[in-house]
Amino acid sequence: MRRRILAVRLLLACLVLAPAIARAADASISDVAAGLASPAYDDVATAVERLGVLGGPRAAPIVEALRHRDLFARSEAGQVPPPLFIRSGQSYTDALTGQSATPDPATLRPVRMNNRVRGAVASAEGMLQLASPDPGSRSLAADAIFAAHDASALPALDRAIAGEQDPRVRTRLRQARASCLLAEPTATTQDKLAAIATLKQRGGLDTLAQVGGLAVGEGPVAKAARNAIAAIDLNLRLWSFAQSIFYGLSLGSVLLLAAMGLAITFGVMGVINMAHGELVMIGAYATYVVQQQVAAHLPALAPVGILIAIPAAFAVSGGLGILIERSLIRFLYGRPLETLLATWGLSLILQQATRSLFGPTNVGVSSPAWMSGAILIGGLTITLNRLAIIVFSGLVMAALMATLRATPLGLRMRAVTQNRRMAASMGIRTPWIDALTFGLGSGVAGLAGVAVSQIDNVSPNLGQAYIIDSFMVVVFGGVGNLWGTLVGALSLGVLNKFLEPFAGAVLGKIVVLIAIIAFIQRRPRGLFPVRGRAVET
Amino acid sequence: MLSAAALGLASPRRARAAPSGPIRIGILHSLSGTMAISESTLKDVMLMLIAEQNAKGGVLGRKLEPVVVDPASNWPLFAEKARELISVDHVDVTFGCWTSVSRKSVLPVFEELNGILFYPVQYEGQECSRNVFYTGAAPNQQAIPAVDYLMSADGGGAKRFVLAGTDYVYPRTTNQILAAYLATKGVAPGDVMINYTPFGQSDWQNIVAGIKSFGSSGMKTAVVSTINGDANVPFYKELANQGIKSTDIPVMAFSVGEEELAGMNTAPLVGNLAAWNYFESIDTPANKAFIASWHKFTNNPKRVTNDPMEAHYIGFNMWVQAVERAKTTDVDTIINTMVGITQPNLTGSVATMLPNHHLTKPVLIGEIQDDGQFNTVWQTPTPVAGKAWSPYIASTKNLIGDWQKPIECGNYDVVTKTCLGRHA
Repeated sequence: MRRRILAVRLLLACLVLAPAIARAADASISDVAAGLASPAYDDVATAVERLGVLGGPRAAPIVEALRHRDLFARSEAGQVPPPLFIRSGQSYTDALTGQSATPDPATLRPVRMNNRVRGAVASAEGMLQLASPDPGSRSLAADAIFAAHDASALPALDRAIAGEQDPRVRTRLRQARASCLLAEPTATTQDKLAAIATLKQRGGLDTLAQVGGLAVGEGPVAKAARNAIAAIDLNLRLWSFAQSIFYGLSLGSVLLLAAMGLAITFGVMGVINMAHGELVMIGAYATYVVQQQVAAHLPALAPVGILIAIPAAFAVSGGLGILIERSLIRFLYGRPLETLLATWGLSLILQQATRSLFGPTNVGVSSPAWMSGAILIGGLTITLNRLAIIVFSGLVMAALMATLRATPLGLRMRAVTQNRRMAASMGIRTPWIDALTFGLGSGVAGLAGVAVSQIDNVSPNLGQAYIIDSFMVVVFGGVGNLWGTLVGALSLGVLNKFLEPFAGAVLGKIVVLIAIIAFIQRRPRGLFPVRGRAVET
Repeated sequence: MLSAAALGLASPRRARAAPSGPIRIGILHSLSGTMAISESTLKDVMLMLIAEQNAKGGVLGRKLEPVVVDPASNWPLFAEKARELISVDHVDVTFGCWTSVSRKSVLPVFEELNGILFYPVQYEGQECSRNVFYTGAAPNQQAIPAVDYLMSADGGGAKRFVLAGTDYVYPRTTNQILAAYLATKGVAPGDVMINYTPFGQSDWQNIVAGIKSFGSSGMKTAVVSTINGDANVPFYKELANQGIKSTDIPVMAFSVGEEELAGMNTAPLVGNLAAWNYFESIDTPANKAFIASWHKFTNNPKRVTNDPMEAHYIGFNMWVQAVERAKTTDVDTIINTMVGITQPNLTGSVATMLPNHHLTKPVLIGEIQDDGQFNTVWQTPTPVAGKAWSPYIASTKNLIGDWQKPIECGNYDVVTKTCLGRHA
């Protein structure tokens, strides 16, 4: 039916019979309107698909309005075609004529939408975009049709391929055509074989899904499909190895960020700080507050709000760290058990304080557009938020190294931790250095909070999820050694991600934990133990 | 100290005998710890319901007095606090618990001390206690209809299923029931992937990639998620980042409601599904009034309402009716009076308390919209009666719960006509 209408339309177009076209289009558009107003999802989806095939000046706004749920039908029955309205803000326009209208909002109900309709909308939008002057849009349109692979798109695709100049877009269109052809039950074996060959070249998971349906049974088509699947599968498996490494690095970079601050406070200073996770949590809340403030007062800066949050989170967590050191930890040096209990209590206080201040529910930290989505490199899916965190943790690591190695503060920190009495007698105010070192470690925890807010829940419980992992990384890497923390975090991340597909998430974690316990038994000082006289004492 | 203990032991009878003074209502919801995120809202809704009832003059001419305790998301502490509520505070009824593990923890206490617990959350079934009224959904009121929808033409005609859940009793039992149910529907075992993750899982990269490749076999795939509260945000974020759309692989969630979505940017989630017995977006006068009074009570026009809140609304009003009908708050009398009581729910139908202490509930399937609300895409034509025991599991398929005379048993075998008793 759909194809016949199209054929009629094409024929008429060739004869340049403008009034007749208008009439044919009118007749079918009123059918479409009836479908859109129907309470059955099936009818709505079919109507949308037809709208994509029909095209015309009114089709695009209607589909667009439906996607944003701004398309309304009047609920009383009997009128043919049923009146449809597009809402924009407070005003309405008649969907079929494009003229402004003033329907009573109380009599309107939105055109029904579910996943079926949503799929039809995506494919219709693809069809309508095929004639776009922008090659990028045409390419996206081809991909949308590929994803929907509905046979009704074939004639439109044939036309588009014939008129396409850009070779890359033409390849995309051919692939889309091949996928639609496989969905066409009346296609010849020869056509199908050609389509499978085209799709085999495209590769990828979505292609696998489309060819997969043909691989059952006997005959040349099934055989070709199986061959194509085997080829695509091998390719995918090679990529999935690289993908696992990326996942591992990204998990490792999160672990690294969370553990780096602890590598300072626990590794360098020897303070068992159970409230470390809460400092991460406070960094995440600082990100939230900064984001809210930026959105409220400087909306133009919203995309870079997260960058403004970086120094803010460092300052808040770092300042709090100095306060904690001055008011609590300095009285407990050399008493690890008391420190452990006191900081544990402190972590509960900080959690409950956050809960009272911001409420027990999650707060929403949004990701800026440049950190959402993914880029595809061959078969690799690189999610942008993870990539940003990997880069960020690298930068923080470098900055921390530079601070410890190349600044006077770093020199004093190392002096104080290596030999406190000697440093004191050289005129270094060791209590201040202690406070600043603790503040630095806490500030880095705050930076971890900024990163974590992009991938995890921001709730008062956030810190608890990271405290155990952080200690694990620091102990595994070797207490007192930043390089050890780096290697420890990344290798734990990669190990975890390679184990997960085989062992499952729960068992994977257990295996990693047991492996670490066994390792610490063999080498109690971790991967890269700090050597020297200072350690022995 | 000793005399205080003696008083504590002696006073329950005295307190229950006393016909005057306020009626005390225990509220056993975590106000701190992991579950505070979900449970503190239920404490608030109970306070609101009690305040509203008091404004109407209380019950039997007596005021209602809430007794709020904080079990702090700590399962053994739930049992301690339940004991404290019944034997020290002498509450006449308790509303509480969220996770199944907390309910399992307090169950022996309520049975030993003969208290009443209203449990408002959807759960895995396979339990039927005389002392508990289950006002949330049983599996046949949520999980089974949800899977039916996914397999229907409107739901996309799914043929392959990923059952993803958090690793604890509710998802494990639900997935066991679902796997058995899918097998009866002709879904091959190879087309069902079951995946468990720890509480608070935040790194979903591998698992989402696994779902993506499982969904690339050419057969329509859907995810049935029993992932618990907190872990959902990073899960959905990862789905969006890896470009999995609801039109490709829809996710049907049993634990994601309006409250969970409130802390999320829902634009990438549009079209993903949830199955509940109530949505805030349902347009009925009763629901509008409930939402308005909730906003007024919390003094926050943005606070959302959700399914367990409606369950408490139904449970509380049923208890009030039972007390008014029985003219007493005596536990045994109330338990016997509760069965058969009806209460209009907020979605336009009527909830009836069944002999197995479960409710009749309508099942709604909703799609997430970009404003964090659900758009109802399907619902059962009439309310569904809750079944405590699953007919799809061999060991429980003959069991029913019936606390009316003459059966008076939570796990009665209809074939052998025997009651298995507490230790079955």
